[in-house]
Amino acid sequence: MVQLIYLGRLVDITGIPEETLDLPSDLMTTGDLRTWLNARFPEADQAFDASVRIALDSEIAAEPAPIGQVSEIAFLPPVGGG
Amino acid sequence: MIDLTITDSPVDPAELLSRFTDAARGAGAIVSFTGLVRAHSSSGDVTRLHLQAYSPMTERGIEQAATNACERWPLDAVRIVHRIGDMAVREPIVFVATASAHRRAAFEAADCLMDYLKTEAVFWKKEFAGDTEHWIEPRAEDYADQARWQK
Repeated sequence: MVQLIYLGRLVDITGIPEETLDLPSDLMTTGDLRTWLNARFPEADQAFDASVRIALDSEIAAEPAPIGQVSEIAFLPPVGGG
Repeated sequence: MIDLTITDSPVDPAELLSRFTDAARGAGAIVSFTGLVRAHSSSGDVTRLHLQAYSPMTERGIEQAATNACERWPLDAVRIVHRIGDMAVREPIVFVATASAHRRAAFEAADCLMDYLKTEAVFWKKEFAGDTEHWIEPRAEDYADQARWQK
């Protein structure tokens, strides 16, 4: 099981701030993950594009990165500042 | 000497400054900045602001920025308090205070930390104004302010 965390404007697309699930076994990299999520939310028109950074266990990934054993994957749109 | 708090509860800048002043005994200069929720934006009258962080990445980034400031200026102490969650108009969003032997270091470090917080800090900000709501990204002026320190 992996926890997916959707931050900022992505919450408006997914409708939920986070979810815990089993990813399809053929998702190997962060690139596969983006493709899968864009297909899950087609009405959002490529919401998980390159402007969204991916953090694996709270470290920004140098992509494409393998997603093998991580327990938390966060999706970070451009930050808005405080 | 770097003290950071990210909280979803209201903050009292006067009390924070009083405590910081007590703790920074020996400093010759203390500068503090308080940022408030503005009542008006380009979308109209603001009703509320929502801020989101991603822990521990948000904390790590701010602590690194404060460490960098301490290496650049001779600071005795740094205090940063940042709100998350829902805020009403005029509520404080951020409090930054710096203490140093002399004023210039305290002014510049506080200014530099605020520019970091406005452009690079890991926050997402949603503004509710009139009947609209939208996610806010830094303005060009915010990036220009931040670029002043990259030398």
